[in-house]
Amino acid sequence: MALMEKHAILEKSPTLLLVSSLLVVTVGGIVEIAPLFWLENTIEEVDGMRPYSPLELAGREVYIREGCYVCHSQMIRPMRDEVERYGHYSLAAESMYDHPFQWGSKRTGPDLARVGGRYSDAWHVDHFTDPQSVVPESVMPKYAFLLDAQIDGEYIADLMSTHRFVGVPYSDEQIELARADFHAQADADGDYGEVEDRYPGAPVGNFDGQPQLTEMDALIAYMQVLGTMVDFSTFTPDASR
Amino acid sequence: MSEKRLDEETGQYTTGHSYDGIEELNTPLPRWWLWTFYATIIWGLAYTIAYPAWPMVSGATAGVLGWSTRANVAEDIVEHEAQNAALVQELVGAELASVEPGSDLHRYATARGGAVFRAQCSQCHGSGAAGAMGYPNLLDNDWLWGGTIDDIAYTVAHGIRNETSDARYSEMPAFGEVLSSGEIAALVAHVQALPQGAGGEGETLFLDNCAACHGEQGEGMRDLGAPNLGDAIWLYGGDDATLTETIANARFGVMPAWGQRLSEADVRAVSLYVHSLGGGE
Repeated sequence: MALMEKHAILEKSPTLLLVSSLLVVTVGGIVEIAPLFWLENTIEEVDGMRPYSPLELAGREVYIREGCYVCHSQMIRPMRDEVERYGHYSLAAESMYDHPFQWGSKRTGPDLARVGGRYSDAWHVDHFTDPQSVVPESVMPKYAFLLDAQIDGEYIADLMSTHRFVGVPYSDEQIELARADFHAQADADGDYGEVEDRYPGAPVGNFDGQPQLTEMDALIAYMQVLGTMVDFSTFTPDASR
Repeated sequence: MSEKRLDEETGQYTTGHSYDGIEELNTPLPRWWLWTFYATIIWGLAYTIAYPAWPMVSGATAGVLGWSTRANVAEDIVEHEAQNAALVQELVGAELASVEPGSDLHRYATARGGAVFRAQCSQCHGSGAAGAMGYPNLLDNDWLWGGTIDDIAYTVAHGIRNETSDARYSEMPAFGEVLSSGEIAALVAHVQALPQGAGGEGETLFLDNCAACHGEQGEGMRDLGAPNLGDAIWLYGGDDATLTETIANARFGVMPAWGQRLSEADVRAVSLYVHSLGGGE
């Protein structure tokens, strides 16, 4: 096995070893990762998916900032027990507008992929303020300070432009009216019809029950939309996946 | 650097490296290790043929075993449902009120309902169903919207004050916009003293503003989900501060329509479970 003796050549030359390693990893990367960008069935097309509304997007920023993904996954795996507990298994398309995705890798708390609509807004306020007041056995920290953190969407249009840059199809109109939509979604008494036109199915209301707009409003708006965009009564899974 | 040579004591060749006269043997890997290594390479290749793996033009190879996570989970669910198919069918077709406690169907339904309750309902109503502030206790016989099995099943399926059209709905006005703080204080005193009441201004205000829904003695009205104010059970609290807040800002407890999330069998099972907890009528 003369060929097998040749490894000494690589092992004796650090530069050659480095270059060769890079080459191997590159080939591996091209084979494993690159096709995901052009294979059509990586993300199947489903009806109902839309980019996050400005307020939901702001809530998502709070979610990321507070590290919610460290304890909560957003990925219902295709297993019977998970489907029974959380609902339909997650589809790739459901995180197509997530940059970065929030699948997480650990469940100290429950999966949140379909938490939208599962609890009332008031429950979320109670629970974020003091999780143990509604779930005594919970180990979740308190996030009551979100009720005091006022926001007004000053940079929300910039954030949406950034998301557009990485591929989220926000229209010029959506970005232009971002700040107005940001406020309108949390104003149950105002004119939120346009928000619902631009972001179908967006939860609307005074989420935190306070007159001022806070991070609590944004986070609950995000919670309430999670997993609700796709109508699974009309979804037929592609069995070959 | 010395020449590679055969080391007579071990029968191995040296690497040719020599450090101050110390030489290094070039002992080959044990055969068993080497062949295991080759076997894993062959196994890996075979695996990619058996299971979905190689990216092609419009999708990845499906694998000769036809394995699919989606098909697997669908199969698992069907298989699981088949195990109790007869009971599930009986549960879905049954007249809930006539399901006998102690029967196989009742035992199955409450076991299933208990699992549903712990997964879906316990976050608000507590894992033991004792409720929390703002979320009713389901163990007692004090019911806001009715405690018969059919009332409970309707509440579970359609929820309360949510956005679905069949939800149970009522809305208490926020009296802080109508009454002065003195009037609210009088009302609080009267409500705390119900069913006898404190009389005076509080009683007049109560009869004018509250009795239409809560009844003249504060006995409540289930059609509107108006709580009985004459008993010692409070959903949000019966102390001065809480009652003042309730009257001034009103409450608007929301429950989701679980019929949209759960199967018919699950809704019926969890209703029977809640009904069986002790307070069912």
